[in-house]
Amino acid sequence: MRSRTLPYLLIAPASLLLAVLFLWPLVQTAFLAFRAPGPLGVDVWSLAHVRRMVSDFDFHTALFNTLGLVVVVVPLQFILALTMASMLRHIRAGRSLVLWIWSIPLGISDLAAGLVWLAILSERGYLNTVLHAVGIISGPRSWLTYETPGVLFAAIVATELWRATAIVLVILVAGLDMIPREYAEAAEVFGATPWQRFRRITLPLLRPSIQTALILRTVLAFEMFATVIAIGGRNFPVLASKAYNWQYFDQNTGVAAAYALVIMGAAIGATLVYLRLLRSPEQAR
Amino acid sequence: MTARRLFFLAGVVTLCAWVLVPLYLIALAATGGSAVVHAWPKPFLPTGALAATLAPLARFLSIAGVWPALLTSVETALVCVAISLTLGLPAGYALARFRFRGAVLFRVLVLMTRAFPVAILALPLAVTFIHLGLYDTPVGVGLMHTALALPFTILVSASLFQAIPAELEEASWVFGCSRLGAFRRVVMPLALPGIAAAATFAFVISWNEVFAASVLTVRHRTLTAYLLAILPESPLDVQFTGAFLLVVPSVIFIFLVRRRLFSIWGIANR
Amino acid sequence: MTPKRMLLRLGPVCAVAALALAGPNLAAAAEPVWLSTQLRPIEEAQQVRTVILKDSPVKAQFIADQPASFTVRVEAEAKTGHHVVSLLGALHGELEPFVPLGLLQPLDSLVPRLAADKIPNSLMQLGKFGTQHQYYIPWMQATYIMAANRKALPYLPKGANLDHLTYDQLEQWAAAIHKATGQRMLGFPAGPSGLMHRFFEGYLYPAYTGGLVTTFRSPQAVAMWESFRKLWAQVNPNSTNYGFMQEPLLSGDVWIAFDHVARLQDALRKRPNDFVAFPAPSGPKGLAYMPVVAGLAIPKGAPHPAQAAALIAYLSKPSTQILTLKASSFFPADALPTPGNLEPGLKAEGDAVAKMLAAPDAKPALLPVGLGAKGGEFDKIFLDTFQRIVLRHEDPATVLKREGDAMQRILNDVHAKCWAPDPPSAGTCQVD
Repeated sequence: MRSRTLPYLLIAPASLLLAVLFLWPLVQTAFLAFRAPGPLGVDVWSLAHVRRMVSDFDFHTALFNTLGLVVVVVPLQFILALTMASMLRHIRAGRSLVLWIWSIPLGISDLAAGLVWLAILSERGYLNTVLHAVGIISGPRSWLTYETPGVLFAAIVATELWRATAIVLVILVAGLDMIPREYAEAAEVFGATPWQRFRRITLPLLRPSIQTALILRTVLAFEMFATVIAIGGRNFPVLASKAYNWQYFDQNTGVAAAYALVIMGAAIGATLVYLRLLRSPEQAR
Repeated sequence: MTARRLFFLAGVVTLCAWVLVPLYLIALAATGGSAVVHAWPKPFLPTGALAATLAPLARFLSIAGVWPALLTSVETALVCVAISLTLGLPAGYALARFRFRGAVLFRVLVLMTRAFPVAILALPLAVTFIHLGLYDTPVGVGLMHTALALPFTILVSASLFQAIPAELEEASWVFGCSRLGAFRRVVMPLALPGIAAAATFAFVISWNEVFAASVLTVRHRTLTAYLLAILPESPLDVQFTGAFLLVVPSVIFIFLVRRRLFSIWGIANR
Repeated sequence: MTPKRMLLRLGPVCAVAALALAGPNLAAAAEPVWLSTQLRPIEEAQQVRTVILKDSPVKAQFIADQPASFTVRVEAEAKTGHHVVSLLGALHGELEPFVPLGLLQPLDSLVPRLAADKIPNSLMQLGKFGTQHQYYIPWMQATYIMAANRKALPYLPKGANLDHLTYDQLEQWAAAIHKATGQRMLGFPAGPSGLMHRFFEGYLYPAYTGGLVTTFRSPQAVAMWESFRKLWAQVNPNSTNYGFMQEPLLSGDVWIAFDHVARLQDALRKRPNDFVAFPAPSGPKGLAYMPVVAGLAIPKGAPHPAQAAALIAYLSKPSTQILTLKASSFFPADALPTPGNLEPGLKAEGDAVAKMLAAPDAKPALLPVGLGAKGGEFDKIFLDTFQRIVLRHEDPATVLKREGDAMQRILNDVHAKCWAPDPPSAGTCQVD
């Protein structure tokens, strides 16, 4: 039957492109991570780069920071986006304007977002001007240093919330819009409260969108990089910035590749968890 | 009820301000020049005359290479959108409509590519591209960006197609539509706004991507890559101007596609 | 209807894609491409394009790039044989890794054409990397100095001479300002794009221990880190975000700063009446400083080697060198103390450099030599040591023991011999 081969035909072009452009360098990177010069000057299989990575004095800090950001940022973004998406359903006038405003950050690069928040949070920034005006601080004061790690973390979380909530919002709105209104109306007829309707009807039907949104955001959060550099510099190492530093400043591609594999491992792990927890009805059947 | 409504509206306004106020502030910082960047306390309104306000922007745009880089960015992003949609929609449709051996594996592999930091792919890819003659071309960078955007396109379109009841499609087969015909006449119109969203993602991913674009080009830099090369070592006021000019196109772009992104309301209410 | 419309919309996109595919981008550039890690900041690059290259006999396209992607690109071009770049402008240490890989074209035949331009032999020798061949032509030189806001001068400790400060006096000076203003006004470029590692390699270590590698974990080094910790208590905590010290100097967040001359120039040139330049401080073992040399080289397989050579000749002319100084505050390769009717900011820098070099206890410390691609990891040792001892308050002796082991591993990997300030070694340089 045609529908046997059809799906394979449909995914073939995409798979081919991804294999050529991604999988191949990826294999090369795995080689980079696990091959090191042996005693004879020839590369041999080795854990030298991995050991080097683990003995990096801030490896654990970077790991902890990255996980911390993911654990804090992704749920906050999800809740915020879900709130915004449900609010949109109740806006009577100017919905498209609000929608546009809320989805603006979708197009803003992490580099630009980092700089935007740097302008706000720096020593002589706008936040300090406000704090000064209401009498909380007496003069310019720096927040983004190694002496104030808590504020630094909060600043990065705020920047990420500002920049990347929109992508979750758009996916959720697109998903919500696909749910026929009749379902909710029917439930209302049967006396379901708004909360019940949300829990029992909206959320389950939204599941594929939630899955996609969470997976994409989590994977990207593990890669979070330019924002962190712009705001925290070296004061807030994350896995991706360590990988970048090893590759570009320290010029040791092997260790950089090892870091990259850790990021990939974490992202794949998270992905599998989501796939399991949020099986869409289609797959569960 | 009115109090609740008021509370609700306040929430909406707050969230709008949350997005807009930082944009306003970066515009202030970008147009103030070095005087405003170093000022304390900061003014919350533009200080100088309009001409003085525009001077930093004009100065930035007169930097050699900014305009060609802008053109390259657009070219690159369009290549990326075109290829992502051509390859991504069929794959997304396959994931949504067929249960086939390897579907889960395919999904995981697709995600895996996104889980890999782009920065690390730079060297192997630069070499591969030079072999293919794609080094330093918008098509080459566009292709690389497609690899980044394609997983989005596949997954977004998969969940999109999944949400369109298969029964609708099957019904149209009954009425004598071919599979392709049913896709074109029934699925496509329903999915179009979502597809526009997928296209936006692809465009934006390409527009914002920095590292691959930096390493795979010499002379034909995209705007973001060009700015990355010059910004970190520029004075703070120039950095803010650069950030602002990176933000402006995204605001406009999202504005242009906002109906395409969300025109679904018409369909849902039908 | 709508799908059709979308296809119509996609039409132009496909056309663009096709155009781009068929476009002229694959052809070699008509003009030679000059790829440089120096003169990167926008205004300097603008000066190169609009002033320096304006009267050049060869029209060239100047592209400034980060050192990291510079290396990646040059190696990738060599690996594949698809060459775009004709001329390289980079620091000694950035060109060095290319020599053992055979990526640079020997320029011996070019040297006689430059003889009239009086580049000192010591500099020319650097361009040979200890081989028989000239691999780069010295282009510019620079070093690191200090600059201060005049507001800081009243707080100088009694008996201190600005032109010959000690590190202890620097600490007292900054402490006096801290006490008077409540602010920590001393600054270092310890941010991601800053050059802090050069401070440790070329200034602090040699000034306190007389060496760098050999004395890395000596008792003097332990004492040095303890006194630097004390100094750091007077340092603006934003220092770990600073890249170019001219910025915080201009904004007034920092009153006293250490940095590369090219990264202080903006403050000194914009407001010459508000800022002073002066030599780096000295320690128990003298006034250590690090000279920096940038060179011009031609990669093997360059598409326009003859034009690149002509460009090198043009850039080495004294008149062009003065243009370069004005564009960047990098000093000419032919003579360091710069004469004449220069603008006040540049003159202040030139004078500070001249005073530093003329100090009786001046002690040049070279950029790391012979490390090749391991140079970055070597720098990382110092940045890590700094973070651990100063920012995280770990025990200096323990940290130095571990980081010293890591340093030895790097040196063993590349069989690097000792370089100044360490005494020459027969074999691989040893961390004692």
